[in-house]
Amino acid sequence: MEKFKNLKSIPAHLSLMNIDTDMIIPKQFLKTIKRTGLGKSLFYEMRYDENGKKIDEFILNNKPYSETKILLTGKNFGCGSSREHAPWALLDFGIRCVISTSYADIFYNNCFNNGILPIIINEDIVNELSEYSKRKEEVEINLDKQEILYGNKSVKFDLEPAKKKRLLEGMDDIGLSLKKNLDIENFENKIKNSKPWILKDD
Amino acid sequence: MPKTLYDKIWDDHLVHQQPDGTALLYVDRHLVHEVTSPQAFEGLRTQKRKVRRPELTLAVPDHNVPTTDRSEGIKDKESKIQVDTLRNNCKEFGIQLFDVNDKRQGIVHIIGPEQGFTQPGTVIVCGDSHTATHGAFGSLAFGIGTSEVEHVLATQTLIQKKSKNFRINVNGKLPAGVTSKDVILKIIGTIGTAGGTGHVIEFAGEVIRDLSVEQRMTICNMTIEGGARAGLIAPDQKTFEYFKGRPMSPKEKNWDSALAYWKTLFSDEGCKFDKEINIEGKDIEPLVTWGTSPQDVSPITGTVPDPEKEVDEERKTAMYRSLEYMGLKPNMKISDIKVDTIFIGSCTNGRIEDLRLAAKLLQGKKVAEDVTAMVVPGSGLVKQQAEDEGLDKIFTEAGFQWREPGCSMCLAMNDDKLSSKERCASTSNRNFEGRQGRGGRTHLVSPGMAVAAAIHGRLADVRDLN
Repeated sequence: MEKFKNLKSIPAHLSLMNIDTDMIIPKQFLKTIKRTGLGKSLFYEMRYDENGKKIDEFILNNKPYSETKILLTGKNFGCGSSREHAPWALLDFGIRCVISTSYADIFYNNCFNNGILPIIINEDIVNELSEYSKRKEEVEINLDKQEILYGNKSVKFDLEPAKKKRLLEGMDDIGLSLKKNLDIENFENKIKNSKPWILKDD
Repeated sequence: MPKTLYDKIWDDHLVHQQPDGTALLYVDRHLVHEVTSPQAFEGLRTQKRKVRRPELTLAVPDHNVPTTDRSEGIKDKESKIQVDTLRNNCKEFGIQLFDVNDKRQGIVHIIGPEQGFTQPGTVIVCGDSHTATHGAFGSLAFGIGTSEVEHVLATQTLIQKKSKNFRINVNGKLPAGVTSKDVILKIIGTIGTAGGTGHVIEFAGEVIRDLSVEQRMTICNMTIEGGARAGLIAPDQKTFEYFKGRPMSPKEKNWDSALAYWKTLFSDEGCKFDKEINIEGKDIEPLVTWGTSPQDVSPITGTVPDPEKEVDEERKTAMYRSLEYMGLKPNMKISDIKVDTIFIGSCTNGRIEDLRLAAKLLQGKKVAEDVTAMVVPGSGLVKQQAEDEGLDKIFTEAGFQWREPGCSMCLAMNDDKLSSKERCASTSNRNFEGRQGRGGRTHLVSPGMAVAAAIHGRLADVRDLN
């Protein structure tokens, strides 16, 4: 996983609430067996008409938003299906940071496994950032300091230290968990006695 | 200290915990399907990693299998590649697979319990948000992303933070014609699609206790539509009976010890919930959704809401968008909404009891002219059982299509999809824009309400069917 670096970008604002992962990446694109290549299909049904032609009014079809790294969204972003294709599509499009008042749990977790920073912030700040989006002014994200910088303002955001560390270091979770092999073995030995029906090898 | 059911299962699966609460949780059972697993297996191959305990994972293709005749194989190229990839991965890593033409093939959340692979008190995960279904048996079950699927395959564990405890009591009795689908729609309509975010919901109360285990599955299945990753129902005698003699259930001496353990799985008297609400069974009516979010519910006797009466601006905008997408006008009667298509199936309502209920109401009646109706059984075994009971005849004589098992029109990854503006009364779980096909319009209903809509060609009250 790529390390998260501080970034500057003009955010794109999708103000709709409850944007679900079906909207982020519709099912016809889930037939892939790869993680890459989904960016062109991001928000497909909002972005292209029934003949596959780009819809001009959709924000991500227009410069500078088509090159944005920051997506500003309505509340409960990423609800619905667990498909990790949603963060894959965002990432492939170039989005490294999402800003919203709230997220669905599975999507939120999936972001951290893909180097995407989902920032939770109050509605007033979302509205202020929206003005920057409209005026096509850049916003800066500093993960290390946990700050959003815009104009001459800076706003702090909360983030679990473990999640922050993973993004900053681009850590391989599996590698780290495999180092706890002894703990896992001990646990399995314990349940072999206490719950012998769970493991099926004996 | 008194513990909730969730606390008990959580504590029983802690492999390791860091000071900040980040935990490594043991996964007892892992379900895998063709859509969210190929990249996970690919990751293992790239890193030269093995599957730690292949015998704890069970795989089945369900999302993009055709529900029509399968003797010729899968025609759609990409779907075929995905299903073939699953087969090859299972072979390479030694994982048991119920392949497309296996009698036991079906929707992953239906076959787990059916086989006794799902068990009370276990941690069950799958790369699918409707994994919450298995919570109906008192197992902590939730959906995960593909990176996490890879993590589980490699380590048999998952990195998790503990959620909060939320209890929903559904008290009293349900009126006639009201089913568990209406109960969960009522709950989602009450708490909203983000109402359960960050929580595990335990469903309790007399109504829940009175439900059969299959009906309870419908409730837990849609917990995710209320924002909670997992829903739980304490196992009871009905649960224990259900598992007796299933192919993968504990046997002999193990059965006795498992049963003794399962009987400890309930929330202790006096335990603390972070959030608790009460819903009265008598207040629940047969419900339908009118919008594009599962929280957009209305009684069948009601009207389409008027966004102008909504005070929250964000919500008002969303309502206008929904109504435009759905092609509905504010204040029109719900029962005046005409439908083109009926879908009975999915991990929400594709079990034998759902089909029995639907068939009973349908007996001797016909699907309205111009309405296309289909039944997609949840698994090969459900299909077989239904045919043994003659239910398929009732459906086909009434004008329903009788299909092969799979996820089908619930998410429309295969050929079963709505065309633009086609309107469907569906027993599935999501009415999102485009969910059942681009431009397709979904009204979520119970199986009984789906039958009522099929007969009348419009959304109709199941209580008026005799």
